[in-house]
Amino acid sequence: DTSLAEVNSFCPSMPISPSSMINQYKFEDGPELRDLFITVDDPESHITAIETFITYRVVTKTSRGEFDSSEYEVRRRYQDFLWLKNRLEEAHPTLIIPPLPEKFIMKGMVERFSDEFIETRRKALHKFLNRIGDHPTLTFNEDFKIFLTAQAWELSSRKKQGPGLLSRMGQTVRAVASSVRGAVKNRPGMFTEMNDYMETFSQKINLLDKIAHRIYKEEKDYFNEMKEYGPIHTLWSASEEDIADSLKGIASCIDRCCKATEKRMAGLSENLLPILHEYVLYSEILMGVLKRRDQIQGELDSKVDALANKKTEKDLFLEEIGKLEDKVERANNALKADWDRWKQNMQCDMRSTFTTVADNNLRFYEECLATWESFLASQTADLHVEEDCEDRP
Amino acid sequence: RAVESQSEGQCAPVDSLWRRYSEFELLRNYLSVTYPHIVVPPLPEKRADFVWHKLSADNMDPDFVERRRIGLENFLLRVASHPVLCQDKIFYSFLTQEGGWKEMVNETGFQLKADSRLKALNATFRVKNPDKRFTELKHYSDELQSVISHLLRVRARVADRLYGVYKVHGNYGRVFSEWSAIEKEMGDGLQSAGHHMDVYAASIDDILEEEEHYADQLKEYLFYAEALRAVCRKHELMQYDLEMAAQDLTSKKQQCEELATGTVRTFSLKGMTSKLFGQETPEQREAKIKVLEEQIQEGEEQLKSKNLEGRDFVKSAWADIERFKEQKNHDLKEALISYAVMQISMCKKGIQVWTNAKECFSKM
Repeated sequence: DTSLAEVNSFCPSMPISPSSMINQYKFEDGPELRDLFITVDDPESHITAIETFITYRVVTKTSRGEFDSSEYEVRRRYQDFLWLKNRLEEAHPTLIIPPLPEKFIMKGMVERFSDEFIETRRKALHKFLNRIGDHPTLTFNEDFKIFLTAQAWELSSRKKQGPGLLSRMGQTVRAVASSVRGAVKNRPGMFTEMNDYMETFSQKINLLDKIAHRIYKEEKDYFNEMKEYGPIHTLWSASEEDIADSLKGIASCIDRCCKATEKRMAGLSENLLPILHEYVLYSEILMGVLKRRDQIQGELDSKVDALANKKTEKDLFLEEIGKLEDKVERANNALKADWDRWKQNMQCDMRSTFTTVADNNLRFYEECLATWESFLASQTADLHVEEDCEDRP
Repeated sequence: RAVESQSEGQCAPVDSLWRRYSEFELLRNYLSVTYPHIVVPPLPEKRADFVWHKLSADNMDPDFVERRRIGLENFLLRVASHPVLCQDKIFYSFLTQEGGWKEMVNETGFQLKADSRLKALNATFRVKNPDKRFTELKHYSDELQSVISHLLRVRARVADRLYGVYKVHGNYGRVFSEWSAIEKEMGDGLQSAGHHMDVYAASIDDILEEEEHYADQLKEYLFYAEALRAVCRKHELMQYDLEMAAQDLTSKKQQCEELATGTVRTFSLKGMTSKLFGQETPEQREAKIKVLEEQIQEGEEQLKSKNLEGRDFVKSAWADIERFKEQKNHDLKEALISYAVMQISMCKKGIQVWTNAKECFSKM
C-alpha cells in the first residue's frame, strides 16, 4: 500500500508523460488519481551586489484543465515559499498549512550555505509543495498555481498585490488578543479537546525530537571510538605469529561493524530526524490554527455581546451576526475535516518512520551478526584443521 | 580442593581481604626470586584500572572484588598447573597451612637472593652479548604490553559510548508511554513499542558485564609481559656478571704476565708509582704473582661455573618460555573467540528486540 508520504518523493530525472504518471500512482484504496506532480531540485546560488541567495528549480507536471500547459519549470527562492505560505494562511486561516523549513538553524551550527543544509532544506521544500498539492482544498488555491507557473516578474507583481505586512501583523495581534480575552468560554468541546491534545502532543513530539538527536550524537561518538578500535588489533597482529590471523580477523569484523554503524546513523538523519522536526513545526502550526479559529469565534461572540446593549440598528447587527455565524461554521467545519485528515497522515507518517527505524536497526544487527558468525566459523574451522594435523601420525 | 579452601578465605571481611592480597604478593615475590628462569604467573590488578564510567574505580565495589577473587583463584591454578612451580613447598603450605606461613617464607631468606633493581638496570645497559633470543623476547614483551594497554583503554571508551547509545533509547519508553495516553488507535502500538525500548536499554548492563571478563583475560597477559621481561632481565644480569668476571680474569692474567716478564703494556697506577718511587723487590713481585695466580685459578673456576649456570639458565628459561608461548597462543585465541561469541549474542538480542519493536510500530 502506498502511503501519502511515500508518493511525495518523486524522481524527476525520468522523462514521463503526465498520463503514464497517473497510471503509476493510482491508489488502491481510493478513487483519487493524481493529476499534479511537483519536484524541487537543482539548488543554485546567485550572487548579486547586495546579497547571495539560493534558488531551487520547481518542476510541475499536470493534466489539469485550469493549467494552460502540462509542464512548467520555474526557479524559486526561500522568500517565495514564505510568501506562498503566508498567502495560504490568510486565505484559509483554519486549514492546516504544511510546515516550511525554518529560515535559520541556530543549534546545528550548520553554515547557512553548506551542502548539508541546502539538501535538507530542498527536501523539506519539496515535501511542503507536495503536501499542498495533496490537500483537497489548498491544491486549488490561485496563489499556489501562480507560484508553480509564473515567471519571475509575474510573481513579483502578484506579491505586491496582497495585503501588506502591517495588516498581517494586525491580524496576528488580534488573534493573540482575542484568545487571551476568553473566546475559550464559548468554544465547542471538540476544539477544547483538540487544544488539550495538541498541548500534550507538542510536548511529546519535542521530547522525541530531542531524544532522536541525542541518539544520533551517541551513535556518532560510538562510531568515532570504534574507528580506533579495529586498527589496534591489526597493529598487535604484527608482533604475533600464531594468533596473527585471529587478530586480523577481529580487526576486520570491527571495521565492518563500524561501517554498519555509519549506515545506521545515516538512516536516522535521513528518515527519523526530518520527520520529527516536521511534526515539531506542525504542532506549532496547529496551535496557531486553533487560535485563529478561536479568534474568528471571538469576533462573533463580541458582536453578540454588543447586540445585547444595542437599542437601535438591531437588524443591521443581526445581519452581521448571521454572516459571522456562517463564517464560524465554515471555519469549524474546515478545521474539523482538516484535523481528521492531519491525524490520519500523522499516524501514517509515524508508523512508517518508526518502522523504518526498526528496520535500520535490524539491518545493522543482522550485518554485524553475519560478520562475527563468519569469523567464528573461520576460527573453529582452523581448530579442526589443527586437531586433524595432530591426530595424523 | 586445597585451592578452593584458600579462595573461600577471600569472602571474609574486607580488611582480611587486603591481608590475603599481600600474602599473595609475598608468595609471588618468593616464586619470582626462587625461580628466576620461570615465567611466573602474574597477580590480578590491585586497583581497578582501565575502567569506563559506569564501573566504579572503587576497590571495594563488589563486582571488582569478585573479579579480583576470580583473578587470584586463576593465579593459584596457573601455579598449580605449572610443572616446576607446583612442586614448591612454600606454595604447598600457602594452600594448606593457616598460621605461620609468613614466617616460613621469610625464613627461607629469599629476600637476600633478590637482585637489586639498580643492579639489573645497570646490567641491561652495559651487557655486550646477550642471547639474541632474549633481546627479541624483550622487544616482544614491550610491544605486547603497549598494544594490550592501548587496546584496553580504547575498549573502555567504546564500552562507555555503547552504554550511552543503549541507555538513551530508554527515554523512548517513557515518552511513548505518555504519548500513547492521548492516542486512540496508535496508543497500544506505542505503549508496547516503548516497553521493548526499555528492554533494549536494560540489556546493555549484562552485555558489558560479560565483556569485563574478556578484558580481564587480556589484562592477565598484559601483566604476563612484565613476567617475561623479568626473565630477560635475569638473563642480562647473569650475562653481564659473566662478562665482568671474564673481563676481570683477563685483566688479572695480563697483570700477572706483566709482572712475570717485567713489561708494562697497560697503564696502571702501580706502574706509575713504581716508576717514580722505584721498582719492587723480586720477593715482592713473586708474592704478588703468587696471589694473582691463586686469584686467576679461582677466577677460572668461577668463570666455568658461571658459564655453566648461564647456559643452564638459558636452556631452562627457554623451555619455560616455549611452554608459555603455547599457553599464551591458546589462551588468547580462546579469548578472541569468546569475544566473537559475545558480539554474536549481543547482535541476536538486538535483532529480537527490534523485531518485536517493529511489529508494534507496524500496528500503530
